[in-house]
Amino acid sequence: MTAVIEARGLTKRFNDNTVVREIDFSVSPAQCFGFLGPNGAGKTTTLRMILGQSPLSAGSLSVFGLSVPRHGSKVRKRMGVVPQTDNLDPDFTVVENLRMYGAYFDLRGDGLARRIDELLEFVELADRAHVKISTLSGGMRRRLTIARALINDPELVVLDEPTTGLDPQARHMIWARLRDLRQSGKTLLLTTHYMEEAERLCDDLVIMDHGQIVDQGSPPQLIQRHVEKEVVEIREAATVANGLLDSLSGCRTEWVGDTFYCYTDDARPVVAQIDGIDKLVFLHRPANLEDVFLKLTGRDLKD
Amino acid sequence: MDMSLPRLKSRSLAIWKRNALVWRKLIGPSLMINFGEPLLYLLGLGYGLGLFIGEMAGMDYLTFLASGIVASSAMTTATFEGLYSVYTRMVPQHTYDAMLATPIEVDDILAGEMLWCATKSLINGVAILAVAAALGAVSGPSALLALPIVFLIGLCFAGPAMVISAISPGYDFFNYYFTLAITPMFILCGVFYPVDALPEPLQAFVQLLPLTHAVALVRPLVAGQPLSDVPLHLVVLLAYAVIGYYIAVVFARRRLVV
Repeated sequence: MTAVIEARGLTKRFNDNTVVREIDFSVSPAQCFGFLGPNGAGKTTTLRMILGQSPLSAGSLSVFGLSVPRHGSKVRKRMGVVPQTDNLDPDFTVVENLRMYGAYFDLRGDGLARRIDELLEFVELADRAHVKISTLSGGMRRRLTIARALINDPELVVLDEPTTGLDPQARHMIWARLRDLRQSGKTLLLTTHYMEEAERLCDDLVIMDHGQIVDQGSPPQLIQRHVEKEVVEIREAATVANGLLDSLSGCRTEWVGDTFYCYTDDARPVVAQIDGIDKLVFLHRPANLEDVFLKLTGRDLKD
Repeated sequence: MDMSLPRLKSRSLAIWKRNALVWRKLIGPSLMINFGEPLLYLLGLGYGLGLFIGEMAGMDYLTFLASGIVASSAMTTATFEGLYSVYTRMVPQHTYDAMLATPIEVDDILAGEMLWCATKSLINGVAILAVAAALGAVSGPSALLALPIVFLIGLCFAGPAMVISAISPGYDFFNYYFTLAITPMFILCGVFYPVDALPEPLQAFVQLLPLTHAVALVRPLVAGQPLSDVPLHLVVLLAYAVIGYYIAVVFARRRLVV
């Protein structure tokens, strides 16, 4: 099965600043592939190179087997893009935005009109078809942007932080739509810094930091590879006697802010030790992608 | 920097169509400025000054002024569109970013914008000629031949305006262009008086400026007088359009495709 996207030694420099450093990855068809990383890790720059909107400084990149950016226009004809910053056309209504965007793909007539009706149903905006963009909420705008990205029935949909800044309801609705898309056989490529999003949606992902790929795999593989099975978090742990924290048996320990983390393959002895202590608030849970992410990209603030 | 030559493709018409649709929504205020401004100029200056001046260069001053204003308005219309509207879509509004996620490329966008700038000049030219005709300042139907020239003037000034938009850090930067390029042309290039009234060195200088050639074509057509040096004037206008377009494409790529 040929890869939808194939990158080898992909590098991007702005003057002396290297933002993407010789990364290799390949995206198989009909999967959801994630780029996970803190702000400034090089995710968006990588996406821009895939769209042919940013020339490579070194390396090679092909999408649908065509080299990019040379065949950028041809590649974008088969691709849908949901950018991080909203760039809907404020001079138009919802349906006019879709119609105009269709025209950029040379689509017109009854076929386009039918497609627009379907897409408005798909993102639940049919009742807003004729309102101005400025009257839409953030969640509606993002849904419209997703509908817009699907106007050309793309094989590959690229989403740059699709749910950043949205409320939980809007986020769940978008996740459901993205799962529908993947089930219909489209390849999805998304960047996010929400672990939950990556864990729910991505079949395969890379974790990026400082322009490099730190590791790659499915969410369960990454969790298994890097962290213990279980975690006990002790909140506001600074007020807890230090002696107690030191005595917790068989843990790898970490501090993040005022929370103390204890990573272990069997947390029962730890829980037995701290359960019932007055005013001590703790959470016992399975390890997740966030634990992997924090371990691999560090716990310090990124910007 | 990507200096490759732009290729003209039919998809640039989609950008023209986008702008035409937006214009149609705001048709009221647009037509107000298209008809209102020339009416004020022609009534105020044409009749007011005309009363003292009488004839200029062998024609009624109202006709002299009207033909000059047809050319200079084509310049300002295309310039405003190529500066404020193009910049707004290029930078704060991210309209071009959205287009560049489709098969559209930078050269398509600017070709479409340029056609639209010239179309607005044309709409404006029709309005001024209508007002001038109503005031009896137009010699006859041959004045309609000025309209294709007005379209060309629009292309001619759209090119350089888009260059400025592509390199501009903000709206305020446009003041340089207006003060150093547009306003001097408006004053010096024969809109209000014949260029041979200027001192000799200045006369040679204004021959380098496109508005001089625009006026030299439009005025005889509106006044019903014989044309001269047509190929020269056409070549100058076309050269500004084509070279301006190319430079604008190179700089806009540098700004948008990074």
